[in-house]
Amino acid sequence: MTPLAGYLLVAALVFAIGLAGALTRRNAILVLIGIELMLNAANLNLIAFWRYGAHPELLSGMMFAVFSIAVAAAEAAVGLGLVISIYRHTRTTDLDEMNRMKG
Amino acid sequence: MNGVFWILAALTVFGALAAVTLKNTVHCALAVTIAFAGLALLYLQLDAQFAGFAQILIYIGAVAILVVFAILLTRGSETPKDGIFSRSWFTGMIIAAGVFAVLGWAVIQSVHVLPYQADAPSVTVNQIGNALLSRYVLPLEIVALLLTAALVGAVIVAMHERGEKK
Repeated sequence: MTPLAGYLLVAALVFAIGLAGALTRRNAILVLIGIELMLNAANLNLIAFWRYGAHPELLSGMMFAVFSIAVAAAEAAVGLGLVISIYRHTRTTDLDEMNRMKG
Repeated sequence: MNGVFWILAALTVFGALAAVTLKNTVHCALAVTIAFAGLALLYLQLDAQFAGFAQILIYIGAVAILVVFAILLTRGSETPKDGIFSRSWFTGMIIAAGVFAVLGWAVIQSVHVLPYQADAPSVTVNQIGNALLSRYVLPLEIVALLLTAALVGAVIVAMHERGEKK
């Protein structure tokens, strides 16, 4: 197995774990944690391809990953703000109980 | 493929698994920090120093703290009485296992065509700064705008509404 395949398999495993967390947990904050894990797995793919692919001096993969980290930070801030706002309204972060769009 | 890679991969996968399976939400936040640290070390192992340190600063320094704050502000550390997994957990597990099977199959099938560059790229922070302000200047400005909008938006969303009871 080549090194790149190893990194890609680790990234696939982390992505699947994050997806499982996002789909199966009740707590809204843990769903956000699962989404963060999936974004991180994608970043690992980008950096692995940058390292082992052609023309690393163009920095494409690394810049993709750095911008993706910045976007993920913005997503985390807005997502947790939304969770706190919903909690203030319904007094719960249990997603199974959030089944109404009306306040 | 060396021992360091396997240790870091095991650390990352262990942290991620613990983050989605532990009962106590605060423990989950700590476990996901371990996974973020493992990923940062994997970036360093891939000779991407800048991305690795950015990962440590942003994920371990900011996102993990934000998650812990959100958990403590919402009393999310209390374990719900009817279990930590949602009613549709079985479907979710099947979907996640299917996604992993497809991704793993794709990687295994394409092992022979994956690129392999043996010599490590030498990239200085100087080069990264130059690239950010020349070739990638438009994405950089858009990210700056996005971060400003997210900052203002997060404050507005989480702010108390006027006249709302505490």
